[in-house]
Amino acid sequence: MSTTIKVARPVDWTGIFFAVVLTLVIVVPLLVVGTWAFTNVWRFPSVIPQEFGLKFWYQTLARADVWSSITMSLTLATTVTLISAVICLPAAYAFARMDFPGRDILFFSFLAGHAFPKFGLLVAIAGIFLQLNLIGTFWGVVLIQLVGTLLFMIWIPVAAFQSVDRRMEEAARDVGASPFRVFWSITLPQAGPTIAAALLLSFVGTFYETEGAWLIGAPQVRTLPVLMISFINNQPVIQYGAVLSVLLWVPSFIALLFARRVVNSGSFAKGFGA
Amino acid sequence: MSVLTIKDVTKLFPGGTKAVDSFSLEVADGELVCLLGPSGSGKSTLLRMVGGFETPSAGLIAIDGEDITRMPPEKRPTGMVFQSHALWTHMDVFKNLAFGLKLRRLPATEIKRKVEAVLELVGLGGYGSRRVTQLSGGQQQRVALARSLVLEPKILLLDEPFASLDQHLRERLREEVRDIQQRVGITTLFVTHGQDEALSMADRIVVMRDGGTEQIDRPDVVYRNPQTPFVAGFIGTMNLLEGTVANGIFTRASFSHPLAVADGPATLAIRPEALDVTPAEPGAAKVHRVTDYGTHGLLDLDLPDDTRLKAMVSHPAQYRHGMGVNLTPRAVSAYRNNAQIFRSEA
Ligand SMILES: Nc1ncnc2c1ncn2[C@@H]1O[C@H](COP(=O)(O)OP(=O)(O)OP(=O)(O)O)[C@@H](O)[C@H]1O
Ligand SMILES: [Mg+2]
Repeated sequence: MSTTIKVARPVDWTGIFFAVVLTLVIVVPLLVVGTWAFTNVWRFPSVIPQEFGLKFWYQTLARADVWSSITMSLTLATTVTLISAVICLPAAYAFARMDFPGRDILFFSFLAGHAFPKFGLLVAIAGIFLQLNLIGTFWGVVLIQLVGTLLFMIWIPVAAFQSVDRRMEEAARDVGASPFRVFWSITLPQAGPTIAAALLLSFVGTFYETEGAWLIGAPQVRTLPVLMISFINNQPVIQYGAVLSVLLWVPSFIALLFARRVVNSGSFAKGFGA
Repeated sequence: MSVLTIKDVTKLFPGGTKAVDSFSLEVADGELVCLLGPSGSGKSTLLRMVGGFETPSAGLIAIDGEDITRMPPEKRPTGMVFQSHALWTHMDVFKNLAFGLKLRRLPATEIKRKVEAVLELVGLGGYGSRRVTQLSGGQQQRVALARSLVLEPKILLLDEPFASLDQHLRERLREEVRDIQQRVGITTLFVTHGQDEALSMADRIVVMRDGGTEQIDRPDVVYRNPQTPFVAGFIGTMNLLEGTVANGIFTRASFSHPLAVADGPATLAIRPEALDVTPAEPGAAKVHRVTDYGTHGLLDLDLPDDTRLKAMVSHPAQYRHGMGVNLTPRAVSAYRNNAQIFRSEA
């Protein structure tokens, strides 16, 4: 004889509450902005725009400052990501595989930049950059953005390298591969997807960053987000800002796809536990 | 045609652990030697020094007389099989096996031929295109073995290759590996802490303790004639009795046995199968438990001071808990100051 016991699952009100709040805070604004970008006319009492169309896409994309800021943002994000990779990946491998005095303190210092209010830090750095004549220059902005990528570009690759089984590397040495060949043929492919995600995150992070770019770069260096802010501040036409922000979503979506992989693989959590 | 020589090798880790302590061994051509010892006795460290993954603090390692002590692993003619197969999961089986051959710049047809041959050898013919993760634990370990064998190393090193497998598979692979090893005739150093594994596979066993050697002998000799009380207690089941010798008689509580050695403390070692039991009241010991294995029985016996002894009997049914018995060892060995001082054979 068997009895089945049914346990009524309690309704998770907290979960529902947070889901609803998150939807309201994130999805609704996105929808509104998305709608605005493809709207020609939308006057107040109406819930649905009176006229859809691509008018403002043509207008926005016809502006020279939009194109120059897109180029600027892409160049900046690419430069920062490449430099960051060249500096951080070998450092991350060292962190993952070697033990040296001060390792832990140095490791956590990368977190420090993110633990304090960022704007205060930026103002202090801006003061130093002023002395060095770096304010308003491309390389000044590159430098400030590099600092911002350190967290991603050290912590995630360290976790990725650490999760590569050391025995796999030794087995490769054993069959005759040089240390460099081992890194190239075994370590990198094993850590590859996670490192790609780190590169993407730092690219996107740089692409979107506004405070540093504005404080150090303005007015000569103007990135896409900085331009968008000035549009929103100075123009009564909402659509300009909306079009730019839809443009800015593209890297986000790609980044999100990759971020999912990193989070799922658990190596990000491992990085924080290291 | 390959001889491995390890001479006075010591490994001192930073932090002060002496993992291996002036260890010497010569493995003859085609011989399979097992390193056997408890956890932390330095077996893996020794093996890793032969493979080139640790550098000895002192001593010499040579293959066929050529000093390889400081040679990096990729230059050594050794092949290592790790406990956790350590296969490269981003490559399929074929690529795993071909990687080393490619590094040696062999032509593609030659690589294909060799890989297929070695897959046949380990019983995995036709598995080349499988992903490593699609294999069972036993198959993965076979691929790992094949990956080493395909390069035809002079010395094969195995570090507890079956530790993560279940009992049945372990026994089967043990026979297969022994079989392959003898067919290929490769000189092999094998680490295990399973005595069954060592006793059934090895040509010779090295019993290790705290980085040093306790005994190096053929398996049957290690079993029948352990040179130290540690080996006696470590290999197989053994009754170890601490007691004293006076006037040629060894005594522990109610148990005594003639022992022709000088007076003083001694440790007596008796195998359960070499301890004859006869019912007697009150007797020297009491039966605590009777276990019937069908083919034979095992008695747990208690001396009056609660010392527990084990004895093997052919008719367990005649014994009951609480019965008195007398004990007559047929073969004993005795130890004092960590060395054998007496031995008698049945
Ligand atoms: N890289 C290392 N650094 C410091 N100490 C180590 C290192 N590797 C091993 N040891 C120490 O050396 C000793 C021997 O270790 P080893 O791994 O050789 O033992 P083992 O006989 O293989 O044990 P097991 O049966 O558990 O595998 C241990 O005390 C261990 O803690
Ligand atoms: Mg070990």
